Amino acid sequence: MSWLGIALIVIGLFFLVVGSIGMLRLPDVFSRAHALSVTDSLGALFVLLGLAVYEGFNTNFLRIIVVLGLIYLLNPVIAHATVRAAYRSGLRPGKGDDQ
Amino acid sequence: MSSFFLFVLTTLTVLMLVYLYRVVRGPTAFDRVLGLNGISTKAIVLLVVIGTTFDRVDMFVDISTGYALLNLVGALAIAKFLEERGEERQ
Repeated sequence: MSWLGIALIVIGLFFLVVGSIGMLRLPDVFSRAHALSVTDSLGALFVLLGLAVYEGFNTNFLRIIVVLGLIYLLNPVIAHATVRAAYRSGLRPGKGDDQ
Repeated sequence: MSSFFLFVLTTLTVLMLVYLYRVVRGPTAFDRVLGLNGISTKAIVLLVVIGTTFDRVDMFVDISTGYALLNLVGALAIAKFLEERGEERQ
């Protein structure tokens, strides 16, 4: 069971690294928000699920699942609020940083 | 097994440095907000990994829950403030 957890953690780390590369390389706020929210949620899903499986099926499993559900509730809300604020304050997607 | 968790902790810390670069460098204020959001997501995962390493998951999971809620309040407040005020052009 612990090897399954380690495999899940490694997959999640891969997604987190890909999200960080996107955060470094992408041209404007909207594409960066896309890279952050999507890959970050998936990476956190795999890493936390791997930790929960590694812990075994007891109360700690349920606690980690609760944190995971909290991340999945809050991360899209924050990304949506930030991108909405960026759009309303005059930035437009597809034009790069210097508009 | 603990060396694997040390590897995971190191990787997460390096990723947080990448997001910190975006926070310091970011051309607009929204980039900084997004970078802080990414750092806090990594910190939540990092706290749970620390709890697994030291066999105290029950305590560290509560800390990470509080961190997630504080991050939500802070990010929403900053986004709302910037939406009302607008981005300052330099």
